[in-house]
Amino acid sequence: MINVTIDKKALQVPEGTTILKAARMAGIDIPTLCYFELNGMNFENKPGGCRVCMVEVKGRRNLAPACATDVTEGMEVFTSSPRVLKARKTVIELILSDHPNDCLQCEKSGDCELQALATRMGIRRIPFNGEQSTYKIDSTLSVYRDMDKCVYCRRCETMCNKFQSAGALSGVNRGFPSVVGTSFSKPLGDTSCINCGQCVQVCPVGALTLVDNIQDVLNAIADPKKTVVVQTAPAVRVALGEEFGMKPGEIVTGKMAAGLRRLGFDKVFDTDWSADLTIMEEGTELLGRLTKALAGDKNVKLPMFTSCCPAWVSFYEKNFPDLLEYPSTAKSPQAMFGAVAKNFLATKMGVKREDMVVVSIMPCLAKKSELAREEFAVNGNRDVDFSLTTRELAHMLKQCNIDLTQLPEEDFDNPLGQSTGAGVIFGATGGVMEAALRTAYEVHCKKPLPRIDFEETRGLEGIKEATIDFDGFPLKIAIAYSLSNARKLMEEVRAGNPNGYHFIEVMACPGGCIGGAGQPYHHGDSDIIRKRMEATYREDAGKPIRKSHENPDIIAIYKEYYGEPCGHLSHEQLHTHYFNRQSTVEFEK
Amino acid sequence: MHLLICGGTGCTASQSLEIVDKFKAELKANNLEDEVQVVKTGCFGFCEKGPIVKVIPDNTFYTEVTPADTAEIVKEHIIKGRKVNRLLYLDPKEKEHVSDSKHMNFYKKQIRIALRNCGFINPENIEEYIARDGYAALGDVLANNNPTATIDIIKKSGLRGRGGGGFPTGMKWEIASKNHADQKYIICNADEGDPGAFMDRSILEGDPHSIIEAMAIGGFCIGATKGLVYIRAEYPLAIHRLQVAIDQAREYGLLGKDILGSGFDFDIDLRYGAGAFVCGEETALIHSMEGQRGEPTFKPPFPAQEGYMKKPSNVNNVETLANIPVIINKGWEWFASIGTEKSKGTKVFALAGQVNNVGLIEVPMGITLREVIFEIGGGIKDGRKFKAVQTGGPSGGCLTEKHLDTPIDYDNLIAAGSMMGSGGMVVMDETSCMVSITKFYLDFTVEESCGKCTPCRVGNKRLHELLDKITQGNGTMEDLEMLRELSHVIKDTALCGLGQTSPNPVLSTIDNFWDEYVAHVVDKKCPAGQCKKLMQYVIDPELCIGCGKCAKDCPVSTIKRTDYIAPGHKLASMEIDQSKCIKCGACQAGCKFNAISVK
Amino acid sequence: MNKIKNLSDLRKIKDDLQNKIKLRENSNSPESVVQIKVGMATSGIASGAKEVMSFLIDELDRRKIDAVVTQVGDMGYCYAEPTIEVKKPGQDPLVFGYVNTEKAKEIIEKYIINGELVEGILPANYQSID
Repeated sequence: MINVTIDKKALQVPEGTTILKAARMAGIDIPTLCYFELNGMNFENKPGGCRVCMVEVKGRRNLAPACATDVTEGMEVFTSSPRVLKARKTVIELILSDHPNDCLQCEKSGDCELQALATRMGIRRIPFNGEQSTYKIDSTLSVYRDMDKCVYCRRCETMCNKFQSAGALSGVNRGFPSVVGTSFSKPLGDTSCINCGQCVQVCPVGALTLVDNIQDVLNAIADPKKTVVVQTAPAVRVALGEEFGMKPGEIVTGKMAAGLRRLGFDKVFDTDWSADLTIMEEGTELLGRLTKALAGDKNVKLPMFTSCCPAWVSFYEKNFPDLLEYPSTAKSPQAMFGAVAKNFLATKMGVKREDMVVVSIMPCLAKKSELAREEFAVNGNRDVDFSLTTRELAHMLKQCNIDLTQLPEEDFDNPLGQSTGAGVIFGATGGVMEAALRTAYEVHCKKPLPRIDFEETRGLEGIKEATIDFDGFPLKIAIAYSLSNARKLMEEVRAGNPNGYHFIEVMACPGGCIGGAGQPYHHGDSDIIRKRMEATYREDAGKPIRKSHENPDIIAIYKEYYGEPCGHLSHEQLHTHYFNRQSTVEFEK
Repeated sequence: MHLLICGGTGCTASQSLEIVDKFKAELKANNLEDEVQVVKTGCFGFCEKGPIVKVIPDNTFYTEVTPADTAEIVKEHIIKGRKVNRLLYLDPKEKEHVSDSKHMNFYKKQIRIALRNCGFINPENIEEYIARDGYAALGDVLANNNPTATIDIIKKSGLRGRGGGGFPTGMKWEIASKNHADQKYIICNADEGDPGAFMDRSILEGDPHSIIEAMAIGGFCIGATKGLVYIRAEYPLAIHRLQVAIDQAREYGLLGKDILGSGFDFDIDLRYGAGAFVCGEETALIHSMEGQRGEPTFKPPFPAQEGYMKKPSNVNNVETLANIPVIINKGWEWFASIGTEKSKGTKVFALAGQVNNVGLIEVPMGITLREVIFEIGGGIKDGRKFKAVQTGGPSGGCLTEKHLDTPIDYDNLIAAGSMMGSGGMVVMDETSCMVSITKFYLDFTVEESCGKCTPCRVGNKRLHELLDKITQGNGTMEDLEMLRELSHVIKDTALCGLGQTSPNPVLSTIDNFWDEYVAHVVDKKCPAGQCKKLMQYVIDPELCIGCGKCAKDCPVSTIKRTDYIAPGHKLASMEIDQSKCIKCGACQAGCKFNAISVK
Repeated sequence: MNKIKNLSDLRKIKDDLQNKIKLRENSNSPESVVQIKVGMATSGIASGAKEVMSFLIDELDRRKIDAVVTQVGDMGYCYAEPTIEVKKPGQDPLVFGYVNTEKAKEIIEKYIINGELVEGILPANYQSID
C-alpha cells in the first residue's frame, strides 16, 4: 500500500493506482476528457493527451496528468490549486478555441462531455481567436463524421484498433491539423470500417454521431398507404429507461410496447421472437454440421460461428475472406424478422410487400448498414426499411410528447410478438450460445435439460471457453465479444483449430448488444452495462417459456409456413451467404 | 604526404568527390600516386568554406577548393612546396591568409573528442579506425568482463546526454542494466531534427565505427545483444557510411557472435525515420521504430523499463555515444577534467547566423558564449553589432549581451532561460527582429508538433497567431500578457519535451527584448526594420534629385513625381504611394543618392 | 580478412596499421615529435632540396624516429640552400645550411639522436616560419 495525500486528505492506495483513481477513492472527482475506461472489459484509452486532468504534485517541475501518473510513496497532490485551475481552464479554452460554437444544433448537446466540462469550469468566453479546423463531412449508413468537432481524444481510434482491431481510424496529420481520420482520407465506408459504431458510443463530443432516421420513420407512419410494423431488439428494453431518467437495469418492455403503439406503429412486434427463430435455424445448422463431421465428412466446416452480429459479419467478410464458410448462414434476428414480415406476415395481413414498412429498434448502429445488404431485399424492396437505435427511439418518443415513465405496460402484438427467455438473452454476450445450447441439447439428446442456466456462458470475460456434455459428446464452445478477441479465435481457426472448437459466439460490442453503439451513452461507466446484463437475465428468468423450440408461435410458423428448420423455404428466406469484401489499396504503377 | 579531402554531405554537394578523382589523376600523371595518399574523410566542421582540402604533414588548410584547383595544388604545393595562397583561409579581422589549421581562430579553442576522427580518417576504412585505437575500448571492456565497473567509469566521467536532455549517461545505463528481460535493446538516436544542427550526421559520416563500438560497449553493459540505429532517411550518406562500417565490423568479427572471444554476441540494425522532429523524443522514436505513429507517451514507464517491443531499452544520442570509447581509453579522470562542475567534456555546436565563421565546432564545457562567437566565430559579420544568440534549437531561448560571459553548460543555459538542446547556436545581429525570429521558431514547433496533447497542438498554434498579429501591427498589450500566460501554461501542461520547451523562445525574448515587443504593439514600429507591415519606404524630397529611377525600378508602379523641386535641384522629387507599396525595397536598392530610407 | 579473435589480436593489428596514419597522427600534435622543415623555394629545389627531403623522410622512418617533415617556401637563406629547420620537442628550432644527404644523415645521427651540435647552424634571423 502507498501513502498519498490528495488535497490534504491522507489515504492509502494499492501500488500502481493512478492519481485519478486514488482521488476518486478519496471522493475527489478530477475532471477528464480523453481518459476513458471500460472497467473489467479490457478497454482503456489513456493517451494523456487532453491535459484536462492536470494536477500539482509537490516537488514536481510541471503539472502531472492524473490519469496517467501513478502515485508514489509520500506523494502530495493538489487537484484544485490556483495553478491547476488556471492551467485546466486554459486547456479547455484552447480546446474550445478549435471547436465549432454550435452547441444548440449539435446532436450531443446535453450529452456532451466537453460541454459539461466547460459548464463545470465556468468558461464564459474564449480568449483565443484563431484558425479553426475544417474537414469534409463523411458518413456511412451508420456513422456520421463531423471532424470539425474532433477534440483528438483518440477514444474512437483506441476502440477501433485495440478493442475491435478493425483498423479503420487512426490519427492523421500532425500539429494543429491532427485529427482522427481514415487511411488515405478515404470515405469511412470505403475502409475496413465494420460500422460497429463503437467510435460513436465513446466520442465525448459531436464529432462522431449516428445517422439519424427518425424523420424517415415519422414520414412512414404519417403515410396512410403504409402499414408500419416495428420490431424491438432484446437489449433495447433494458436500456431505454435510462433516457427517461430511470435507473440502469430497469426493464421497460411493456412501457416500450405501449410507447411504440402511441407513436402510431400499426403493429408492435418483438425481435426476441425472431431470435427464437434464429435459434431454430442456427441450432439445426450446427447439429447438421456436427452429425456430418461425426460421420467422417472432412468437408464440414467447424467450428461454426454465430452470425447475428452484423459488425462481426462485416468484420470477417473484410478480414477473413478465406473463412467465409465457417459462420452460420442464418440471418440475424433483425433480418429474419424482416423476411418473415414481408413474406409471411404481409400475405397473412393482405398487405402488398411494397406497402409494408418494417422498422427495427436496435441497440446497434451496424444494423443500419445491414438492412441495406442487397441480398436482404426483393426487387429492391428491403426486408427491413429503417433501423432506429435505442437513443433515436427515446428522442422520437420525446418529440411526440410521450413520457415513457408514465406509460402503462402493454403486450406485443401477435403472431410475431411472443418470445421465450432464450430470445431475451440474445442481448448479452454468451446469450446466443446459451439459447442455442438449450435447444440444441434437447433436440440432439432427445431429453430435457438437467439445468436451464449455463453459467459458463455468462459474464464479462472477453473470451470464455467451455466444454458442454452433450450426452457423452463433449461440445467445445467459445464466446467472445470485442472483435480483437474474435480475431484471436479466427486466427486459431485459420491455424487449424487446435482447441477443437465446435461452436463459437461472437458479438462486437462490450458485453454484447447491451453495450451496443445505439444504446444510451454510458460515458465509460461499465457498471451501466453490468446492470443491463443483470436485467437481461432477470427478464429471462421471469419468462414462462425459456427455450426457443418451445415457443408456440415458432412451432406454429414451422407448421404453417416454413415446414422445418433449414428446410427449403427457410433457406430461401432465413439464410444468406457471404462475400469477400476485403478492401484493397491500389497503387498507381 | 597525405591529402585529406572532406567527404561530408556539405563538401560533397560542392564537388568534393570530383576533387578526390582529380587529385588522384593529377598525382598519377606526376608519378606521385605512391608518395601521396589521397583520403576521403568526414567533416572538418568548417563547412561554410568547403570543400576543404588539408595537406599533411604541414596542416595546410585549403578552403573553397574546386576541381580546377587540384592541378595547381599538386604542381605548386606538392611538387614545389609552395602553398597556394589564394586558397588559404582569409582571417576576417586580420585580412591575412592563415596557412595552417592550427593557427586558425576557428580551431584554436576547440577540443575535438566526439569529432576526433572526423576529417582525420577515412570513415569507410575500418583499418584507419583501428589504427587510432578503434575497438580497443570494446576489447578492454569485454576482456575485463565487468559491466558494473564499466558503467561506473561512465558515471564517474560525468558524461550527460548530448541530445538535449542532459541525463547522466552512466545512470541511464545502470537503470537499464538492472531491468531483467529475455531481450534488451540499445538504441542510437540518430534522428537529428533541430534545424541547422548536423553534428550527429557529421559523426556518422566521419566516424561511424565509434558509434558501433560505443553501442557494443553499451549493449554489453546493459545486457543487450541487439542494437538499433534510428536514423533519418534524409541522411543517405550517413546511412551508407554506417552500413559500410557495420559490414566491415561484422567482417572483422567486431559485431556478431562471440566478439573478440568474449562470448558476447552483439549486432546492429538500422531503422529509418521519416524526419519528424518529435521522433527525437525517445518514446516517440520507439513508437516509430515499432511501426506506430511517431508520438510520445508519458514516462513512466521509461524505455529502460518498457521500450522497444515492450523490452527494456536504452536510447542514447549519437554524440553521446561518440564520447564513450575515448572515455574508456583515456580514463574517466581525463574526461572529467574537462568542463565545468556538473557538465563534463565537450559539446559540439552548429554555429550559424550572423558570424564570420559558421560551421561545426566542438568546445569544452564552460567556454563562454563570447569566446565562441567572437573568437571561434570570428565576430559578427560586416562589423555589425551583436544582438542575441539562440541556443538549444527551436525550443531554446535567446540570450543577450549580458549572458556573453556565462560559461556554457547544461545548468547555466537553463538558468539563463535557454537550454543546451542538441547544440544549435544561431547568432543574430542588430538587423534581426526578435518578434519575427520568435515567430519563426514557433513556425517550426507548430509544424513539428505531433498534435497529441492540447497545449502543444492548439496552444502553440495560438502563440504563433498572436506573434503573427503583433508582427502585422495589430497586437495589443493584452496580447503580450496573453503570450506570457499561455506560454507558462503550455510549459506546465504539455506532454513531452517538445511541447514543454516550445514556448522558450517566446518567454526569453519577452524577458530580454520587452521594449521591442512594446515598439511593435504600441508604436507600431519594428526597430529592426524587418516586419514589412510596420515599415515604410520614404523618399526625402530634399535629397531626391528627381531622376525617376525609383519609379522605373518599382514593380508595382507606385512611385510618382511630386511638384516640389528642392532648392538646388532641377527636377521635382518623387513620392511613394504607401497604400500600394509592397515593400520590396527595389527603390531603395537602386537609389544612388541615398534619398530613400526605411521609417 | 580473418576475424579478430581476441584483444591481443586487435592490439597487434593496431600496431601494424598505425604506420598508415602515423603521418597524420604526428602532424596532429607536432609539438611532441621532431619537426623538420625543408626550404623548397626555387633556389632550394635547384640545389637539391627535394632529394634531401626524400632522404630525411626515408631515413627517419628507417630509424623509427617520430618526425614530421614538411616543406616550406623560401626561408630567406638563398645563399646557403638547401636549408632545413629542425625543432626537437621542447627546444628552440635550429636552422642548418648547405644540407645535402650526407649532412642530413649527420644531423639525424648527431643532433636529433644524440643531441650533439653539428656544424652549419645558421644564425636565426626570423621569428618563425610557416
